[in-house]
Amino acid sequence: MNSAEARKSQPLAIYGLMAEFDGPEALLEAARRSFTEGYRRMDAYSPFPVDGLAEAIGFHKTWLPLLVLIGGIIGCAGGFYLQYWASVIDYPLNIGGRPLNSWPMFIPVTFELTILVAGLTAVLGLLALNGLPMPYHPVFNVERFQFATRNRFFLCIESADPKFDYEATRRFLESCGPQGVYEVER
Amino acid sequence: MKSEQLNKSSEIAAAGPVIEPGHTFASVTDKISAIVLTQKTPRFWYVGFGISFMLLMVLLYSIAAVLTIGVGLFGIMIPVAWGFDIVNFVWWIGIGHAGTLISAILLLLRQKWRQSINRFAEAMTLFAVACAGLFPLLHLGRPWFAYWLFPYPSTMGIQPQFRSPLVWDVFAVSTYFTISLLFWYVGLIPDLATLRDQARQRFARFAYGILAMGWRGSAIHWHRYEMAYLLLAGLATPLVVSVHTVVSFDFAVALVPGWHATIFPPYFVAGAIYSGFAMVLTLAIPLRKMYGLEDFITLRHLKNMAEVMLATGLIVAYGYLMETFMAWYSGNIYEQYLMWNRMFGPYWYMYWALLLFNIAVPQVLWIRVVRTNVVALFVIAICVNVGMWLERYVIVVVSLARDFMPSAWGRYSATPWDYGVFIGSIGLFFAALFLFVRFLPMISIFEMRELVHDTEEPK
Repeated sequence: MNSAEARKSQPLAIYGLMAEFDGPEALLEAARRSFTEGYRRMDAYSPFPVDGLAEAIGFHKTWLPLLVLIGGIIGCAGGFYLQYWASVIDYPLNIGGRPLNSWPMFIPVTFELTILVAGLTAVLGLLALNGLPMPYHPVFNVERFQFATRNRFFLCIESADPKFDYEATRRFLESCGPQGVYEVER
Repeated sequence: MKSEQLNKSSEIAAAGPVIEPGHTFASVTDKISAIVLTQKTPRFWYVGFGISFMLLMVLLYSIAAVLTIGVGLFGIMIPVAWGFDIVNFVWWIGIGHAGTLISAILLLLRQKWRQSINRFAEAMTLFAVACAGLFPLLHLGRPWFAYWLFPYPSTMGIQPQFRSPLVWDVFAVSTYFTISLLFWYVGLIPDLATLRDQARQRFARFAYGILAMGWRGSAIHWHRYEMAYLLLAGLATPLVVSVHTVVSFDFAVALVPGWHATIFPPYFVAGAIYSGFAMVLTLAIPLRKMYGLEDFITLRHLKNMAEVMLATGLIVAYGYLMETFMAWYSGNIYEQYLMWNRMFGPYWYMYWALLLFNIAVPQVLWIRVVRTNVVALFVIAICVNVGMWLERYVIVVVSLARDFMPSAWGRYSATPWDYGVFIGSIGLFFAALFLFVRFLPMISIFEMRELVHDTEEPK
């Protein structure tokens, strides 16, 4: 109890509290309840994508499609300009008086570069937005967390949440019917 | 397996399951990751990898010879300046297309049966494109100047000719390889995290941990992940069509009889998917048997792939028919002679063998029992692989050997070095594939968990 008291007075000493569930439905239910309870700084962990889980913890919109669109436009315009510049400005070849800017012939490479830049943006954007690669993260300190990539489902309420209170949060998580509740060390 | 026998009868009545019943999240995870982590490497793996590795040495030896002595070692000459190199290039890149089709197009079409075959089909794409890329490079004669194909501020003050399909090819194939690699790697990240958490040896944990980049399965990450995967699929779908279209432009834009045809792009794309599915079957049938994966790669998958093969095979047959029809209907003596030469000229046996392997044999797939017979499917798939190679030989070599002027005719025959590089590239492909099934999960584990979850739900 003493250590718990100490933690209560310094909520940032631990990263958060983590509850383990045995199925996606239980996790989804718990995530929804935590959100209605008023918790905001939390994350749910599952071994496969669960429909509606991100929405349940209050995450709705990702910028990724917009980034990919911008990447595609850059690839498209840049790809065409690359060929235009090479064939018209830098190295014009007069072949029987044919137009230098023979744009229909530039479409295939423009298309390929559109796909290339958009695809690279999708992957690099995914990694950047997710903050990967990440060599260290506190959730891995929980021993049971190794099953998050196998068959177990976790919900972690972070101590940085303004509503986080060691005792109350612990009691709340236990009321969600978990397999167990663990402290996540920093 | 007993369940397979039982299933066979119900399979014929209904479509059958995409995963055998009774699996849980844990059981699919353990079964697939055990192949990589804990199971003893089976004997056939050593035998298979050993043979592939020897063929890979043949490849390296042949390449070394070609680099030191020159492309004169190959059978290419004038008029047949595009011999085995281009035949093999088109063959390999065509094989790659099924992987992208399975992972991207079937994802967009929400076909659940793709989930147990997409991972190794994508790996197959990657290795096939790597093999394909080898051939134009060697065919350059001086591969160390390959970078001349890309636009860069050179001291020579020149630029690539962007109006040439050969330059389009460079961009198409390098984009295709890059996007295939990214698609495959993004698909692997959650599974690499699984291997990191399941592995018991220090080094394996470390290596998979580095590759997994700290993936922890956060809901927000999954949300973006699914979005990125969908976007990549949407980008890869037109890409795969464009790549073989550009490859067909290499021929269609030229004036050579037998090449200069507007039917080439669709007919090449269909042929690519056809040969690719044949290769997926060729690989899937032994793999599921050897590793006991019949629960995940069920007869339903094999049957569906056989149906795709039958459909695309018919498109290819239509292409052959139209080529012949157009040769007659055009009234052009060169086109007509080309067709006659294909059928009765010096390479007649190639053309008839092609029709036998590509068109005649696969028609038995109309029979339902054949579509669920593993041995028959394997044999047919091998026939199609051979047939599609012959198709490219007929298009490349037979067309070039006799074009307009009889004074410019020639006769091509491949040299041992041609065969060395060709057989060697098959060694490279299989060696890479054997390493892949040994060190990475050959079935997407997280997608199998999803499948377990979806099939459990009451409908």
